[in-house]
Amino acid sequence: MLKDHAKLMHAIAVSEEIVGRKKLQKMIYIAKNIAFPFQERFQFHFYGPYSEELTLRVEELSNMGFLNEVKEKKGGYHQYRYTLTETGKEFLDVNAVEMPSLQDCLMDMNSQNARFLELVSTVLYFNDLSKEGVKEKVFTLKSKQRYTDEEVELAYQYIESLREKAGLH
Amino acid sequence: MAYSEEKLSEEKVFKDPVHRYIHVRDRVIWDLIGTKEFQRLRRIKQLGTTYLTFHGAEHSRFNHSLGVYEIVRRIADDVFIGRPEWNEEERLLSLCAALLHDLGHGPFSHSFEKVFDLDHEHFTRAIILGATEVNKVLTRVCDGFPEKVAEVIAKTSQNKLVVSLISSQIDADRMDYLQRDAYFTGVSYGHFDMERILRVMRPREDQVVIKQSGMHAVEDYIMSRYQMYWQVYFHPVTRSAEVILTKILHRAKELHKQNYTFKYDPIHFYSLFSGKITLEDYIKLDEAIILYYFQMWQEEEDPVLSDLCCRFMDRNLYKYVEFDPAGEYKKLAELSALFKKAGIDPEYYLVVDSSSDLPYDFYRPGEEEERLPIHLLLKNGDIRELSRESEIVDAISGKRRTDHKLYFPDDFLSDDSKKPNIKKQIRTLLEID
Repeated sequence: MLKDHAKLMHAIAVSEEIVGRKKLQKMIYIAKNIAFPFQERFQFHFYGPYSEELTLRVEELSNMGFLNEVKEKKGGYHQYRYTLTETGKEFLDVNAVEMPSLQDCLMDMNSQNARFLELVSTVLYFNDLSKEGVKEKVFTLKSKQRYTDEEVELAYQYIESLREKAGLH
Repeated sequence: MAYSEEKLSEEKVFKDPVHRYIHVRDRVIWDLIGTKEFQRLRRIKQLGTTYLTFHGAEHSRFNHSLGVYEIVRRIADDVFIGRPEWNEEERLLSLCAALLHDLGHGPFSHSFEKVFDLDHEHFTRAIILGATEVNKVLTRVCDGFPEKVAEVIAKTSQNKLVVSLISSQIDADRMDYLQRDAYFTGVSYGHFDMERILRVMRPREDQVVIKQSGMHAVEDYIMSRYQMYWQVYFHPVTRSAEVILTKILHRAKELHKQNYTFKYDPIHFYSLFSGKITLEDYIKLDEAIILYYFQMWQEEEDPVLSDLCCRFMDRNLYKYVEFDPAGEYKKLAELSALFKKAGIDPEYYLVVDSSSDLPYDFYRPGEEEERLPIHLLLKNGDIRELSRESEIVDAISGKRRTDHKLYFPDDFLSDDSKKPNIKKQIRTLLEID
């Protein structure tokens, strides 16, 4: 029951807390793309891979009382902070999710900023292109973010390090 | 004359109940409509199983695709033409992408995609770029044109203005399906002043914006969208049919895995079962084929497959109760155990369905840039997100409504010829006695 919801709860539980909806979206996309069986479908949107299903599930989890969502003012905009509630933890105790090595990957991603994760997720989205092709996509589709060559290289290295953490090497 | 500029000697028109007429003058568009891959869309219903709830909802993805094309044609030819931000050379690209945006949808695609892990966007791209009639037409325009069309549909094109015409929070796709679905279901929601919205759309470098004077028409569109979601798209009876359809596919897949011998060889399903479906096989699938199997599988020896198919064909759907996952997940485990004791497999006959299982979305202001919102163009030239100007939109987009239902076959539970005491316990737990 609610297996897909439980996987998301597990992801937030092992991350301890996730600050920012955009960050949450990118973390789950990257984890799914690398190795982990999240079911949410992602499409490319203005700001990179985005899943409406994921947004809806997070809303459902908040409404159920499994997830704590705190809206915070930051500069001129709002951001959201997600943690698991006690009821959520109890649910997860009964409906355990087995995703070994997810915690290592998510903790690492959680320590990165949303801008870099947006780049990493975009690189992964165009993974079937050559590195030059990926760079062209990043520099044209994300021109406002002004990513540099070095940052794209870092994104590639970061993906490799995550794959190692996930036990894929 | 270049093929891309060729016009038909006389304009062709399709009579359409939503837009009155759909006008085709471009040879390329006419040729695309005639391809077998586009004609296939006639055999795929726009609203899947909704016809089991609203009997008028038999319209196809063919109707809708023509409608989206017509809206984009009107924007390009009547509103954007001559504006400095609009590049007339993108007109044909926009029209082709609008017409072909749903090309990869399969039969009952929502359920099929879930069970067989498919993605209609992948198949849209594969049809446009593969060895198909559509690809031949697009390639005649110029080398690289199929790729450009595919990128617009996938939203990975660098031309974000064209992308936003076809895919954004106020795009031709939604404006067509809201009106078309309202018309064919017969509901009184879903209506808004599209002509007004089109007139106040303005092209900008990377998106379409709406003149502030058109805000009330957009509010009406957002309200229509909200009402259609809850009254039509999330209708609990349609969801019941969708649950049964999904379970039929799961059962057939499971039986194949167990080397079950089907009385009626499901040859169209083999590549789906293997997880290696080819483009050729995919294009052969349509709803007529799938319903043929459902018809025949009613006579299968496997009681679950046969029962589920009878239910779907005869519209003997599951009943439902509201379900609160947080407060009732322990009760669900109890129910599941009781179903097993009663000889009713809970895997197929006790199903939680959540609003997030459905493929429709609400307006989102995109506070953290997770999604591009609708932008209003203010009189001073500034751009502002819609819900910051409109109290109505702010009220709707701030109020999150989610829902969960528990589906089960009421007739099984009220048949007391076997295990009456256990069934009574189930009915008591479900509070349906």
